[in-house]
Amino acid sequence: MKEKVISVTPETVVSQTLDMKKKGYRLVTLSCVELDADTLDILYHFDKDLDLMHLRLTAPKNKAVPSISSVYFASFLVENEIQDQFGIRFEGLVLDYDRTLYLEEEVRDAPCCRIAVSEEEKNKGE
Amino acid sequence: MARTIIPFGPQHPVFPEPLHLKLVLEDEIVKEVVPALGFVHRGLERLVEIRDFHQMIQICERVCGICSTVHAQCYCQGIEELMGVEVPDRAKFLRVIWGEISRIQSHLLWLGLFADAFGFESLFMQCWRIRERIMDINEATGGNRVIVSVNVIGGVRRDLDPDMTRWTLTQLDLVEKEVRQLEKVLLDDYTVRKRTVGKGVLTRDQALELGAAGPTLRGSGVAQDMRQLGYAAYGELSYEPVTAGDGDAYSRNRVRFLETYQAVELVREAISKLPSGEINVKVKGKPEGEVVTRVEQPRGEVMYYIKGNGSKNLDRLRIRTPTFANIPPLLSMLPGMELADVPVITLSIDPCISCTER
Repeated sequence: MKEKVISVTPETVVSQTLDMKKKGYRLVTLSCVELDADTLDILYHFDKDLDLMHLRLTAPKNKAVPSISSVYFASFLVENEIQDQFGIRFEGLVLDYDRTLYLEEEVRDAPCCRIAVSEEEKNKGE
Repeated sequence: MARTIIPFGPQHPVFPEPLHLKLVLEDEIVKEVVPALGFVHRGLERLVEIRDFHQMIQICERVCGICSTVHAQCYCQGIEELMGVEVPDRAKFLRVIWGEISRIQSHLLWLGLFADAFGFESLFMQCWRIRERIMDINEATGGNRVIVSVNVIGGVRRDLDPDMTRWTLTQLDLVEKEVRQLEKVLLDDYTVRKRTVGKGVLTRDQALELGAAGPTLRGSGVAQDMRQLGYAAYGELSYEPVTAGDGDAYSRNRVRFLETYQAVELVREAISKLPSGEINVKVKGKPEGEVVTRVEQPRGEVMYYIKGNGSKNLDRLRIRTPTFANIPPLLSMLPGMELADVPVITLSIDPCISCTER
């Protein structure tokens, strides 16, 4: 990507997001990409006066990552979407649909993952 | 006062597409709103696994029929950036022409639906009658009334000859004349103002914090529009975003109405400056790398994230549509409003569930 990309960790993503908000950035959205059998990339896209900037969080599929919805309320919808599609959990979501935003309750696999981590494996990871 | 929960939608006369809002009321006043989606989700993004990157243009065009041209344009623009393709100037201007025609037809469609939401049936029919001229332009220039499949990677697949541009301009003159006849009603009529002024207010700060997009953002006084990026040929055209400052349903209505005139002007200017030359270039190779690209749909900023791996199938295509961005702001507009105002306020963000549930 031609824009600036900052790498963050699960420990720093919320503070970094708060920093973006203080600088006047608008949250555009989050994008999730499956990297391999175990990991995902979550990209946080921000805009200020038409300039884009991204945060990149590489996270294991079987561990929850912190939600940024306490900083940017608008993120709750896309974080719920990612939970549905990729199975990764967001901790501290202000409105958690528990993977039923798009999916039915009985669906437990992740439709956008080529290689999904089952709920049992996730529980072990936590 | 006891609280009542009213399920609003997914099937409701005011919604053209299924959206569900769980409204928590005290008496007739909305206190809380929880949205529910997923009634028509199609999982189109995953089709990158089985369709090659050229075929994905047709998929992107079907994310939403109303803004299909702009979706395809955004996708092609992203792939062109990944592959370092330089689009011919004529194609850039043609993309603006079809993009703005799509904006006029979308805004006229919405103005009609909005009028219908507050019970102004004759206004609804007038808006849609005028819109038919735009559908005729689509059919004559692109071969289809709704999905005008003109974008390809490297340019456009159709050209406009001088006879067609002259005829298009004549039709647009008629559209502008007929839209002007509606201006007094849409912007000044007592009933329209009574149902829209002060309803669903979204302040400038709320709009920015909640990530609003398009006329919903500009209706709150923020002069931001992706066309300011100068993509396609917008950098060579005179363009300033239309804004309105009150942040209510009336302001959002005003922005879309005035953008209809602006779109007509942009088509005229693009046709007057239309350069000669090729309309597309041959594209070789496969896309590799990551790109984020944005354009302005009729409903606002649409963002495509594309990741290519050097093969014919992309690794990931992520589409963030403007209605998806405008749902959190909607949740802020509704509390404090009367139940009877919910349809008008919800319609004022121009919700496109087809886009949202791509």
